[in-house]
Amino acid sequence: MNENEIPEMPKDFGFGPDEEMLRDLAKKLLDQEMPIEKMRRLVAADPAATYEEGQRPGWDEALWRQCIELGWTGLAVPESEGGAGFKMVGIAALVEEVGGHALASPLLATLNATYVLREAGTQQARVGLRAIADGASASLAITNQRGAWDHARPDIVATPKDDGYVLRGSAYFVQDAFKSDLFVVQARLEQEGGGEGQGGGSILCVLRSGTSGLALSQDHIHDLTRDQATLVLDDVMVVAANVVSTHGVETLDRAWPAILTTVAADLCGSSEWQLQTTVEYAKTRKQFDRPIGFFQAVKHPLSNGMIAIDRARSLVYHAACCIDVNLESGTDAGFEGALQNARMAKSAASDAGRFMSDRSVQLHGGIGFTWECDVHLYFKRSMHNQMLYGDATHQRRALADMIIGKVSSDAG
Amino acid sequence: MTSMNQDQIEFQDYARRWLEENRPPAPRERLPITPLEIMSEAHRDYLQDWQGKVHGAGLVGADYPVEYGGFGHDGFQRIANQEMGRARTPMLINIVGLNMAGPTILAHGTQEQKKSLIPGCLSGSEIWCQGFSEPGAGSDMANQQTSAIPDGDNWIINGHKVWTSLGHFAKWMILIARTSKHHKYDGLTYFLMPIAGHAGVTVRPLVKITGESGFNEVLFEDAIVPDNLRLDDVGKGWTVAMTTLTFERGAAESAGGGGGDSAHPVRRLVDLAKNTWRDGRRASDDPVTRDAIVERAIIAEGMRQNGRRARVPALCDHPMRLPLQQKVTGSEFVQDNARLGVEIAGAHSTLYKLDEAAPDAGYWPLAYMNSYGHTIAAGTNEIQRNILGERVLGMPKSK
Repeated sequence: MNENEIPEMPKDFGFGPDEEMLRDLAKKLLDQEMPIEKMRRLVAADPAATYEEGQRPGWDEALWRQCIELGWTGLAVPESEGGAGFKMVGIAALVEEVGGHALASPLLATLNATYVLREAGTQQARVGLRAIADGASASLAITNQRGAWDHARPDIVATPKDDGYVLRGSAYFVQDAFKSDLFVVQARLEQEGGGEGQGGGSILCVLRSGTSGLALSQDHIHDLTRDQATLVLDDVMVVAANVVSTHGVETLDRAWPAILTTVAADLCGSSEWQLQTTVEYAKTRKQFDRPIGFFQAVKHPLSNGMIAIDRARSLVYHAACCIDVNLESGTDAGFEGALQNARMAKSAASDAGRFMSDRSVQLHGGIGFTWECDVHLYFKRSMHNQMLYGDATHQRRALADMIIGKVSSDAG
Repeated sequence: MTSMNQDQIEFQDYARRWLEENRPPAPRERLPITPLEIMSEAHRDYLQDWQGKVHGAGLVGADYPVEYGGFGHDGFQRIANQEMGRARTPMLINIVGLNMAGPTILAHGTQEQKKSLIPGCLSGSEIWCQGFSEPGAGSDMANQQTSAIPDGDNWIINGHKVWTSLGHFAKWMILIARTSKHHKYDGLTYFLMPIAGHAGVTVRPLVKITGESGFNEVLFEDAIVPDNLRLDDVGKGWTVAMTTLTFERGAAESAGGGGGDSAHPVRRLVDLAKNTWRDGRRASDDPVTRDAIVERAIIAEGMRQNGRRARVPALCDHPMRLPLQQKVTGSEFVQDNARLGVEIAGAHSTLYKLDEAAPDAGYWPLAYMNSYGHTIAAGTNEIQRNILGERVLGMPKSK
C-alpha cells in the first residue's frame, strides 16, 4: 500500500522541537487552567438545567481568549495569511491534549473550517483565513438533515440572483455553533430554470454569525463539552465575490483527511485520560483485600485499551504526516494515501474510544454509573466524536473500496 | 520506509536482481509454513543449501562484522529481508541461530565464541535450537530446574527441556540452567550447549495439534559442556536471556508483518476473498467480510506505524510501552488473519493440505492452528498483558 510515498516520509513523522514545544505548552496551560474539578463545575453543575431545561453547559471564555492570544485559531492558517502554519502532526499532538482535558472550546470546529478554507485557495477564502488567524472562531455548516457525512447533497439551496445567490435552508449538526463567529456554509446550486441540481455542484461561502436571515436553533445533546445547532438560512444574499469555492464537494473532499485526523486526535487524548484515570482507580480501589488492578479481569482489558490507543495514535501521526508531506509537495500525488490513512486513524481512534469509554464506566463499578464520577464527561465527548464525520464502520466501508475495490456487479 | 543512501539503494537493486536470478526450483514436497514445522531431512537439506547460497551472496549476515562471517555493512540486512519477503523466496531455516543465538553471542560472547559460532549461524551450516522452556517453567520462565554443576573445567547438565523447535536437526542449543538454588534470577547461567550426537543428550519429537512434528523435548543426563561455552558470567543467565527474548519478540513482530511487508498478509486475504464464491457472489463483495479484511489492514498499518513511533521518543510516553506490545499484537495479528482466512474459505477450510481442492494449498487452517504456537510461546499473551499492566501502567502484580 502507498508504495510510492514511503521514501518521502520523514522517520519521525516530522515531529520536531517546534511541535514538541507546542504540545507541551498546551499541556501545561490546560493542566493549570482546566483541571477536572474546574471543568466539572463549568459543564456539569446541574444535570436538570442541561438536560431538562436545555441550558447550554458553560465554558471558559477567558481561557479561550488566552488560547487565541497563543495563536490557537491560526494554527493551521498559512503564514502568508497571518497564521502559524503549523504542521498537522503538531496540531494533532496539541488536539490530543485538548481531548485529554475535554476542553470545551471552538478549537476543533475552527481547525476543521480552516482546512476547508485552505483547500478552497481563493481570494475570498484567504479573507476568511485572515479573520481566523486574527482570532475568529469558525465552524462548518455542511451536513444535511439525514446526517450524511459525504456532503454530497446539502439541504441549503443557492439560487442565482443578480451577481450572487440567495441561500435558503438548513445545515444540521453544526459543531460549537454558539461559540463560532464564522460559518463555512455549503449550498447546493439550483440549476438555471429552477430545477434543483442533481450533482449540479455546490458552493461554499463564509457567513458571519450576526448575518441577517441567519439563525441558530440549538440541538439538545448529550456531550457537555460542546454545543451543536441547526443553522437556518432564510433568504440570505451572498454576492459572487463572497463565494469561497464553486466546487464545494471537491473542496470538502480535499480537506477531509485533516478533518478526520483532528477528530481522531481528540479521541486519542480522551481515551488516554480514560485509561489513566481507570488505572489509577484500579490501583487504589480495594475489594477482597486487594487493589482491583491485581485481578486480571481488570488488568487485561486495560492493557488491551492501551494497545488500542497506541495503534490509533500511531495512525493519527502517520495520517498527519501524510497530510503535511502532501501539502509541502504541492501536488496531489499523496492525496489518496492521506485519505486512506486518515480513515484508518479515525476508525482506530473511534474503536479505541468506544472500548475505553465502555471499560472506564464498567471498571469504576457502581460509582462509574453516577453523575458524581467524572468518567461520564469523557464518555459523552468520546461518543460524540466517535460518530462525528463517520464512525469506525463508516470509515471501514469507505476503506474497503480503496483496499479491496468496489463491490463488483457480476454475479455467478 | 526510511530514505536510503546510495550504497543501500545499490544494494537493494543487487539483492532484487540476485534473488530473481537465483530463485531455487520448488522442492518435490511442499514446504511447511515456517521453519518450526520442518520434519523431513529432504526439506532440511534443501533449506540449508538455500541459506548457504543466500549467505554466500551477502544477503544474510550483511550487517555482521567480517571477522565473524558477516559483510560489515550498515542497514543492509533490513533491506535484504524486505527483498526476500517481496521475492517470496524460501524461508531461512536457521531461525533460532539468526534471530536469537547470533545476536546474543554478538552482544555477550567472547572473541573466541563469536569467531567459532556466529559463522555457522549465518551460513545455516549449524542449526540452533532454544532451551528456555521446561515442564515447570513456561510463563514463569525463571523457574528453571535444569541444573549445571561445576566439575573442573566443565559443567554437568541434568534436566528436561520442552517445545524445542528444530531440536532434531540442531547442532547447538542456547540453554539456561540453574547454577544456584538460592537465587531465583541470579541463580541462572547461560550456556551454548552441543546437542547433535552429544553424550547424555536425548532428543524426542513432540507432535503438535496439527499432527506435524518439528518440535521436541530434550533430555540431559550428565551431559557435559566445557566452561568456555558458558556465555557471560555465572549467575548472569537471566540478563542474557532477556537479550535473547528482546530479539525473539522483535522477530515475532516482524514475522507477524510488523516489518516492511505488513500489507502482504492482508493482500493474501483479499486475493482469497476475490477467488471465493459464496451465496452467488464473491466473498470480497460481502460487506461483513469486507469490514473484517479492512480491520486487518488497519491493524497491519497500526503495527507498522507503532514501529516507526517507537523510535521517536517525543511521541512515546513510556520507553517500553510500544516495544512490550509487539509480541501480543504481532502474534494475534497472525492468528486473527488466519482465522479470517478459514472463515472466508468456508467449506474448503475443512481440507487438509494433501487435498488438491484445499485453497492456497491448505494454508489457512494450518496457519490458524499453528498460530497458537506464537500466542503461547515466548511468554503467553496472558503473561504479556500482565507485564503491560504492571510495568507500563503500574498496576499491582498478579501473583
